[in-house]
Amino acid sequence: MNPILVFCEQRDGHLKKAGLEALGEGCRLAGKGGREVIAVLIGSSVDSLAADLAAHGASRILLMEDEVLDHYSPELYTSGLAEAATRVRPVAVLMGATAMGKDLAAKLAARLESALLQDCVALEIEPNGTLVGTRLLYGGKLRAIVRATHPISQVATLRPNVFSPLEPRAVSGVPVERLSVRLDRTRPMTRVREVRGAAEDKRELTEAPIIVAGGRGLRGPEHFKLLEELAKALGAAVGASRAAVDAGWKPHASQVGLTGKTVSPQLYIACGISGAIQHQAGMSSARVIVAINNNPNAPIFNLATYGIVGDLFEVVPLLTEEVKRLKQEDRK
Amino acid sequence: MKLIVCVKQVPATESMLAVRPDGTDIERSGLTFIVNPYDEFAVEEALRIRERIGTGEVTVVTLRSHAAQKPEAALRTCLAMGADRAVLLSDPAFEDGDSFTTALALAAALRRLSFDLLLFGKQAVDDDEGAVGVQVAELLGIPHVAVVNRLEVDAKARNLVAHRQIEGGIEVVEAPLPVLVTCQKGLNEPRYPSLPGIMKAKQKPLEVLACHTLGLAPDTLGAAGAKLRVVRLELPPPRPPGRLIPGDAETQAKELVRLLHEKEKLI
Ligand SMILES: Cc1cc2nc3c(=O)[nH]c(=O)nc-3n(C[C@H](O)[C@H](O)[C@H](O)COP(=O)(O)OP(=O)(O)OC[C@H]3O[C@@H](n4cnc5c(N)ncnc54)[C@H](O)[C@@H]3O)c2cc1C
Ligand SMILES: Nc1ncnc2c1ncn2[C@@H]1O[C@H](COP(=O)(O)O)[C@@H](O)[C@H]1O
Repeated sequence: MNPILVFCEQRDGHLKKAGLEALGEGCRLAGKGGREVIAVLIGSSVDSLAADLAAHGASRILLMEDEVLDHYSPELYTSGLAEAATRVRPVAVLMGATAMGKDLAAKLAARLESALLQDCVALEIEPNGTLVGTRLLYGGKLRAIVRATHPISQVATLRPNVFSPLEPRAVSGVPVERLSVRLDRTRPMTRVREVRGAAEDKRELTEAPIIVAGGRGLRGPEHFKLLEELAKALGAAVGASRAAVDAGWKPHASQVGLTGKTVSPQLYIACGISGAIQHQAGMSSARVIVAINNNPNAPIFNLATYGIVGDLFEVVPLLTEEVKRLKQEDRK
Repeated sequence: MKLIVCVKQVPATESMLAVRPDGTDIERSGLTFIVNPYDEFAVEEALRIRERIGTGEVTVVTLRSHAAQKPEAALRTCLAMGADRAVLLSDPAFEDGDSFTTALALAAALRRLSFDLLLFGKQAVDDDEGAVGVQVAELLGIPHVAVVNRLEVDAKARNLVAHRQIEGGIEVVEAPLPVLVTCQKGLNEPRYPSLPGIMKAKQKPLEVLACHTLGLAPDTLGAAGAKLRVVRLELPPPRPPGRLIPGDAETQAKELVRLLHEKEKLI
């Protein structure tokens, strides 16, 4: 039976949650057909992460280490993963739909001339190995059920925060194989000069379990402080509508929506955001949506699990206080 | 400098969509179509590079992906913005494919056109895949930088430096020409077509390329060659109805936190 290969992304020696989620989903799919789940780890000095992958369900680990693999390189990572695929002939290659994952998956699928199921929110496998995925189209206005035409090295990326990693278990004896990749360094390729962290918004939106987002209703950049305080109390990231970004109140990396980021947090709190269709495109798959808006007719209320019709300048600080109080009580 | 921009025509983003009874496509009649917003950033960037260097040619290319699609309008919009040439890939063999077959046909056309820099959108806002650009680069055997919100091209040194958006930051990437870039919001503010531009665009010819002129086998393309098929399209399940929390601000805040804590187990 052909195995399932899972590319487990790491950056700076830290495994990405999206990769562990893909591994968890790989295990779930494999369990149905008794397939092996092989994790692939690429980077420089990342061998210490192998144990974590074993704990999260990998039954075998392929390790590719080289100094030049320190930063993501579409060319080298694709060669590495394609080599792994040639070696183990997987029925499917899974990874998280992150900036790296979506890039790598598209290139790999073109190299292997196989199906690409990008940014899936659900995934199934037929007995012969064919992948059937659910994807959101048209900014989430429609869902598509898509099916690969050949059950060979199908490449799928999984939307972050939608699938669950397995609970880590203590395991031993999971084999780690080093794969030496012929890295053709003479081919023209891109090179990462540096990686710059975003100055503000340390918490990445697409990975955050909770997001507090603000729109034009905030009236100015200085008032985002209110949201940051609530976010801090909740352990949340701060997002923004396009109106707030275009006004220069927040950087584009904070924008949620059609021309910003697509997020699927457990909780999305929209403050002073009307809920335009293009904003919904980025957040409608959040599990719980809270809307705080002083206009009871704002479209955001059609989406909201809980709505507060009120002045955000009054409500948000009260919320922050209440959350802090609750957390303090919990600690006691 | 030869710059080529691949653009896709998509339904306007505020469109209300309905699924056709057979479930495999949307109802296209009555919709307004636009140039994919990310592709507008790509066209704008190409025009700015040409303007900065002072010479060069900007060609826009589109592939008709459905029989009912009329992407000529999208090409005219790009010509009106200032593009020099427009190429339409049109053949029943190209239609109803997936990202791979689209990339295969585009790559074949691009090989014939010759280029120094290819610009694509980060993703088409209809299928939301973000794949075609990356796959074209792979098929052409050239490097790519995806999701770029800042670009500096050095025409003399024949290389570029691009800022690519990643989680929690940016990657500063350099690459030699020829190279393919996919464009993200933030790169620029696309111009509106000018009235003289629109008049001039009407007179410009569209070059049409068919499957046989590209020397491609029809059975590798479109629906016949697709590696992925849409089984059906459907409306997402409606969100369960929400509720408004009554009372004054203090009551509302207390009640919301209680619900998020006790019922939703989120805090
Ligand atoms: C091609 C295209 C792409 C787009 N992409 C995006 C995208 O990616 N993301 C995005 O967000 N938008 C996007 N838009 C823009 C979108 O259409 C809306 O214009 C935008 O989302 C509006 O932002 P907003 O809700 O902050 O502002 P508004 O629509 O102005 O809403 C502000 C809200 O704040 C409320 N408010 C005001 N004061 C208070 C107060 N004191 N307390 C509580 N509430 C208050 C108001 O009632 C109002 O509902 C796009 C548009 C197009 C055409
Ligand atoms: N039919 C097409 N014709 C020309 N370019 C396209 C076509 N489809 C996709 N593209 C380009 O590829 C990008 C990514 O599209 P996608 O992978 O479909 O999200 C778009 O922004 C366009 O630049």
